Amino acid sequence: MSLKTPLGPVRGLGSARSGTRHWWMQRVTAVALLPLTLWFVFSVISHAGAEYGEMAIWLATPFNAILMLLLIAATFHHLQLGLQVVVEDYIHGEAAKVAVMLVIKLASVALAVAAAFAVLKVAFTA
Amino acid sequence: MAEFALPANSKIGKGTSWPVKSGGKNVRKFNIYRWNPDDGKTPQVDTYEVDLDECGPMVLDALIKIKNEVDQTLTFRRSCREGICGSCAMNIDGTNTLACTKFIDDVKEEVNIYPLPHMKVVKDLVPDLNNAYAQLASVEPWLKSKTPPPPDKERLQTPEDRRKLDGLYECILCFSCATSCPSYWWNSERYLGPAVLLQAYRWLVDSRDEATGERLDNLEDPFRLYRCHTIMNCSKTCPKGLNPAKAIAEIKKMMVARQG
Repeated sequence: MSLKTPLGPVRGLGSARSGTRHWWMQRVTAVALLPLTLWFVFSVISHAGAEYGEMAIWLATPFNAILMLLLIAATFHHLQLGLQVVVEDYIHGEAAKVAVMLVIKLASVALAVAAAFAVLKVAFTA
Repeated sequence: MAEFALPANSKIGKGTSWPVKSGGKNVRKFNIYRWNPDDGKTPQVDTYEVDLDECGPMVLDALIKIKNEVDQTLTFRRSCREGICGSCAMNIDGTNTLACTKFIDDVKEEVNIYPLPHMKVVKDLVPDLNNAYAQLASVEPWLKSKTPPPPDKERLQTPEDRRKLDGLYECILCFSCATSCPSYWWNSERYLGPAVLLQAYRWLVDSRDEATGERLDNLEDPFRLYRCHTIMNCSKTCPKGLNPAKAIAEIKKMMVARQG
């Protein structure tokens, strides 16, 4: 039982004065991903059946390496923004929310760094 | 963690049948959600037969006829019976709408009537709107101005500025939209919901209001505003044909616009 007024919890801790940047960046990364993903899918299809060496040479060109790094950055940034929304929507326990959010944020950074490292390694050694 | 088990009173049993007394020709079945907080039972759906030849054309007419002639314990809110008070909002045939402006003939076969979804039920078709009303109060839906009103006349507005309120001022606060929104279902304690955000926008675009910045401050929150994921159930269900989703999109645009 609660003896609070209905308005008290609604006003709660007040407005976070944030969220706009999150919402805007989700749109910005989405716009960036549109051409990048098309380029990536088209490139992969056009190299179907290629040897490792052939792919490595393709990836080592500055144009392709840079686009690949941009694709990785946009993808993982977009991914963690989107998953954050899912967690905030559906997970209501505070401890579980923090734990899952930590996994998402740290894993996104780790995966992005690993993917970027792979690209750079191929680009500089091929 | 996420909840998988259904809360108490989510299982709905089969209730009483109330067949029509005289052998009418144009008989329609109304399946109505019943729950009484005092009898300790889980909710049930009662079936009432109504002779449509003896009944007005709207769902509310049938509800009133049932309450008057068949079962006085049936509980629902109603007042104006012409779509302007917002009292008789309920879920009819799977869609939130006003019982008084919904034609019985628009429903094929049996008419299923439930309270507005995902709200605490007070009794039968009466939802608890305390939280929704508190959320409305939290956006302070009244004119706020530093400039005192002119001593000899009202605060003026150009016809062009007045037109910006069209599609907003008509909202009757029935909360059909908020209770149709999955985001509001999952986070109604923090997300303001489409009805309240439409009201907030009605004051954000009022040319006479001088508190736009403070109003935006109050709304700029991952939960209060940004739980809207453009699902659009609100605009689809609105019995007044309004577009709360567009109002929310306009608020988001204002948020970006003031960033620089």
